[in-house]
Amino acid sequence: MTLLEFSRGPMLHAALVIFVLGVLWRLTSTVLAARRKNNAEPRVVGGPALSGGLIAVGSRSWPHPEFIPRTGFGEAVGYGYHLGLFAIVLLGAPHVVFWKNLFGINAPFWPTLPTGIISVLSVVTVFLMLIATLRRAAHPVLRRISNFDDWFTLAILYALMLTGIMAVFGIGGRYETILALHIISFNALLIWFPFGKLMHAFYIFPSRFVNGYMHTKKGAAS
Amino acid sequence: MSVRSPDSRPTIGQILDENGVGRRRFLKYCAGITALMAMPPGSTTAFAQQLRAARRPTIIYMPFQECTGCIESLTRSFAPTIESLIFDTVSLDYNHTLQAAAGHAAEAARLEAMEANWDNYVLICDGSIPVNDGGIYGASAGESFVHQLEHAAEGAAAIVAVGVCASYGGVGAAYPNPTGAKGVAEIIKNKPIINVPGCPPIPEVMTGTLVSFLASGVPALDKHLRPQAFFGNTIHDRCYRRRFYDRGLFAESFDDEGARNGWCLYKLGCRGPTTYNACATIKWNGGTSWPVESGHGCLGCSEPDFWDQGGFYEPVTSKLFRDTGQVAAGAAAGVAIGAASAIAANARKKKLAAKAEEEVSS
Repeated sequence: MTLLEFSRGPMLHAALVIFVLGVLWRLTSTVLAARRKNNAEPRVVGGPALSGGLIAVGSRSWPHPEFIPRTGFGEAVGYGYHLGLFAIVLLGAPHVVFWKNLFGINAPFWPTLPTGIISVLSVVTVFLMLIATLRRAAHPVLRRISNFDDWFTLAILYALMLTGIMAVFGIGGRYETILALHIISFNALLIWFPFGKLMHAFYIFPSRFVNGYMHTKKGAAS
Repeated sequence: MSVRSPDSRPTIGQILDENGVGRRRFLKYCAGITALMAMPPGSTTAFAQQLRAARRPTIIYMPFQECTGCIESLTRSFAPTIESLIFDTVSLDYNHTLQAAAGHAAEAARLEAMEANWDNYVLICDGSIPVNDGGIYGASAGESFVHQLEHAAEGAAAIVAVGVCASYGGVGAAYPNPTGAKGVAEIIKNKPIINVPGCPPIPEVMTGTLVSFLASGVPALDKHLRPQAFFGNTIHDRCYRRRFYDRGLFAESFDDEGARNGWCLYKLGCRGPTTYNACATIKWNGGTSWPVESGHGCLGCSEPDFWDQGGFYEPVTSKLFRDTGQVAAGAAAGVAIGAASAIAANARKKKLAAKAEEEVSS
């Protein structure tokens, strides 16, 4: 069995099983976790409370004007590489073909971007990731709140991005070896995903919504 | 098929002279071969001299678990090219597909030729070799293929494995490989082996490899023992449709606008990105066309285990597993573990709250 066969075969299969198991484990335990009962009469219920949740999803996804000078740069870099990652993963032709095959989707309307644009986006994304990493290492507060989880996740992400770039540009070795390393990096990401901060992908919007919803309900109606 | 000792054989140059092959034509051929093999232009003269001086080699061509496609490819040239002429000049002392003799006479001729040229002949193998259960799944003349190979390899100067089956097992070794089919290099470890894979290999690659071996010995090989000169680049790298890949223009089916416009066949399962061969440059049928030019993706037939790389119409990154409920089982287990951990945590939380209340009230 070649490295590429291993990465596309048993390792990808095992990684998927672990990913699904881990994600559902965490989501189920979070959903079923006991919450303190709030005996106070809610300020609003139903539609307005739900709107409050949705507003919080939007408002907390954007820096507060007062803090833009302090946090704007970090948020811009964060948004930059997240958008880059989404564009590469969802619009790169080899990735689209991979998703369609993996999930058995037949979606002829799924557009793809030319290789040149994906290549530029990849390089820019890695550059933004590098800025974010250096900032995390240099910023006194960020450095102190960073732990193994953050650094390990970044390491996997770098491996994924760099092997992808190497495969596209044909550098660093034979294509099938680099492709295998790229898929192995993806498998590692799937395996690590449920157990680290990558779970923010599932939690970020629901948690903002729940916070907004709860805060809208709290307090006396005026 | 007369058998002569190696030293008494004429040189290739003498044979070509006898056949009226002029110097210009011969040098043109050598220039073509050296160019194909990416050798520097200045090396053509030396290559030609070495090839002319090489003695007419004895070839023992052993077919094993094969379909005769490779020998068909090798012998079916559209015009009597100098490659075929050079191939005709070799002393093909045994090939049971081509020779007139059959049965015991043919086997006796093989053994006689091997004995007379022991340590000097070139062994060409075609087809995979089954090794399970003592190799009983493939036999000829009452002898298993694996035993025949081991014996013939013992006296060979070098071995050329022609076709993907002889190189890596091919279709015979495809999952579940009931006969335990293997390529030559998996069985013979003490001889120089050159793999010329393909299903079948390109005729010019076969003759080019052979000619290069006659002139200057074993050429530079890659990790799969293929001549780097012919197998150094991927099909994708040399494909004339590559520009469409780079522009993101793909055929989505074999009869859509993309297919009619000759766009990239990546999405239709083309294995060009992971396949090393010279189809895109040398082409087939005297340079007429090749599979991708005919509108079909590359099957990757020069790669080890190419039959087991997923469906021929699935992309090179396609999953290589058949999920029989493991992911669903993982999902069910995840929900169950999540629910159990939540119940346990809630119970613990309740217990701690009760304890705290007790402490406050006491």
